[in-house]
Amino acid sequence: MSGVDKLVSIDDAVGEVRDGMTIGIGGWGSRRKPMAMVRALLRAGRKDLTIVGYGGPDVGLLVAAGCVRRVVTGFVSLDSIPLEPHFRAARSAGTVELTEYDEGMLYWGLLAAANRLPFLPIRAGLGSDVMRVNPGLTTIRSPYADATELVAMPAITLDVAFLHLNRADATGNGRYLGPDPYFDDLFCLAAKKRFLSCEQVVGTDDLHTGGPPQGLLVNRSMVDGVTETPNGAHFTSCVPDYGRDEAFQKEYATTGWETFRARYLDGDENDYQKAVRR
Amino acid sequence: MTRAETCVVACAEAWRGDGAVLASSAGLIPGLGARLAQLTFAPELLVTDGEATLLRDGRPEGWLPYRQVFSIVAAGTRHVMMGAGQLDRFGNQNISCVGPWERPASQLLCVRGAPGNTVNHPVSYWVPRHSPRVFVEHVDMVSGVGHDRGAYEIRLVVTNLAVLDFAGPDRSMRLRSVHPGVTVDDVVAATGFALTVPDQVPQTREPTGEERRLIREHLDPDGLREREVR
Repeated sequence: MSGVDKLVSIDDAVGEVRDGMTIGIGGWGSRRKPMAMVRALLRAGRKDLTIVGYGGPDVGLLVAAGCVRRVVTGFVSLDSIPLEPHFRAARSAGTVELTEYDEGMLYWGLLAAANRLPFLPIRAGLGSDVMRVNPGLTTIRSPYADATELVAMPAITLDVAFLHLNRADATGNGRYLGPDPYFDDLFCLAAKKRFLSCEQVVGTDDLHTGGPPQGLLVNRSMVDGVTETPNGAHFTSCVPDYGRDEAFQKEYATTGWETFRARYLDGDENDYQKAVRR
Repeated sequence: MTRAETCVVACAEAWRGDGAVLASSAGLIPGLGARLAQLTFAPELLVTDGEATLLRDGRPEGWLPYRQVFSIVAAGTRHVMMGAGQLDRFGNQNISCVGPWERPASQLLCVRGAPGNTVNHPVSYWVPRHSPRVFVEHVDMVSGVGHDRGAYEIRLVVTNLAVLDFAGPDRSMRLRSVHPGVTVDDVVAATGFALTVPDQVPQTREPTGEERRLIREHLDPDGLREREVR
């Protein structure tokens, strides 16, 4: 095998996170979220985190557990259940801060960080209340003859990124097998420390022959730690390995937080997986 | 013919003449409308499965992951029909939250792609329950921008009662047609701002026999559309 073995435990990965850090979380809504990592973060009791991502139950869980100071996002949704109950409750209670961007602005901010640019120009946001609720956000005029006014979307740099893919090797090369890469590669490129969880760690040869080259979303220069977390995106989807656990998601969305937490989150990841298989 | 079927056809009409653009939608009825348009008078339309696959008459024909959707948004080759928690007379739309943004009475979705959609390409709206709670004087959080804030084009608003467009003064909202069985007064009473109402308001066209057959037998044989409109 070429390259250095980067296999780590979930708790080692989460151990890199300090209170107050800015954490990027891959996936999209309730799709291929690194939920095992999120559960470990929650268990570790981190505080005052800024969470960046296309929000789903990752945001809801961390907000409900009191780990989050601020959410940076374009939406928080469970897909089949449009509104995330814990995020909603925290917003109405005023217990979480929000940086609200258009979805494309969030993409642009990660792209700027990935390219080590201070900002990227974009039309999205012009005329909307995104400008009102983000007083630091400003526009820039094209220096060319068109003189177009555009939003100067600032780079969104991350302290740590977490992502979950279907397959990886021990050195940090990773493959998605589903229909959408989402933005997981950009989260890696925007972050100082990058942790990849996967359904299965395989040898590099098997990883390479396990699908088309286009599915190899991240390479080992983009990843600092790899961990195998079977069913680690549960209860979000991780196709083709498994779809979303709709019944469990519904239980999550309709159960009081303390009850849900006691039922599923007080033990370790093995306890969780045993509990959800019941 | 049911009200829901009239709404499906009214939504389909939003995409008439658009050519090879991505027809995106939120909600069952606009989705049926986009597929009906693709099957009939707008065969060039691109339609997705709501995830990353492009479909032609329900069969995969291409790949469109989210990152490419943002390129299509920026390129302008898209016409989306979004939902609206609130909508004002110039087409400013809110799906973010109700009440003060700093501490909302009701947190909704956040702005999603509404700011980018509305400044880059044509946008229409689908409102399954036309009421003064939705059609308001001022929206609480401008997610999608209206014509007074630099919208590219707000094309149509289709509701359970009527079709509205923006042919009023300064591109403000105008009643375009009422669905069969609905009166102009019904629409005016359900709208929380002064609507431009022409002297003669036509009736929304009824589905053709072929459209009705496609809806009932091909696109939505289980009749799920009837649950979205009451």
